[in-house]
Amino acid sequence: MGYPRNPAQRRYVLRVAVAMACYIVTLAAAIRFVGGGAVTGPPAYLLALLPGLSVAGVFWAVGRLLVEEQDEYLRVLLVRQVLVASGFTLTVATIWGFLENLRLVAHVDAFYIAVLFFLGLGLGSCFNWLTLRGRGEGR
Amino acid sequence: MKNRLKVLRAERDWSQSDLAQRLDVSRQSVNAIETGKYDPSLPLAFRIAELFALPIEEIFSKD
Repeated sequence: MGYPRNPAQRRYVLRVAVAMACYIVTLAAAIRFVGGGAVTGPPAYLLALLPGLSVAGVFWAVGRLLVEEQDEYLRVLLVRQVLVASGFTLTVATIWGFLENLRLVAHVDAFYIAVLFFLGLGLGSCFNWLTLRGRGEGR
Repeated sequence: MKNRLKVLRAERDWSQSDLAQRLDVSRQSVNAIETGKYDPSLPLAFRIAELFALPIEEIFSKD
């Protein structure tokens, strides 16, 4: 996305920063209290949910940016980026799932799917750059 | 779709940023429209036509 230039992009950056701060704090708390065995039962489940919900906050921020972005061209770029990220994530996760099921690759924890999506957003940005640069020049 | 945005802008000695500001869009949008990377929506095309005081078909035309 580059340097945020409009209010929707600034709100997105703020939301992602808050979500990531929550993620770091709740992950540390979950590892310490649930992983260490100090918290058990329903409170442990609640605490263990928090890091994942924090990451979901980033997905929500992406969704809000899609809704709040007023510049139609930038919104199109973002839609393309998210489509590439979604397709990449679903493809890699599905293929890995079959390979894992057939015991051809090691088990990977499901939360890495979020990492794939963020990587996919980067790929989507590259896709936009590669497919739109120079197109239409000379008209 | 072809357009005369660059010519119309040059006639008024506006930069892409000037035009973007007048249309309340990003400079990237103006650049994408001028270079044919992006065809604007009908509401934005109307805004562009209104700004240049021209009918849409005098700014945009089919390939």
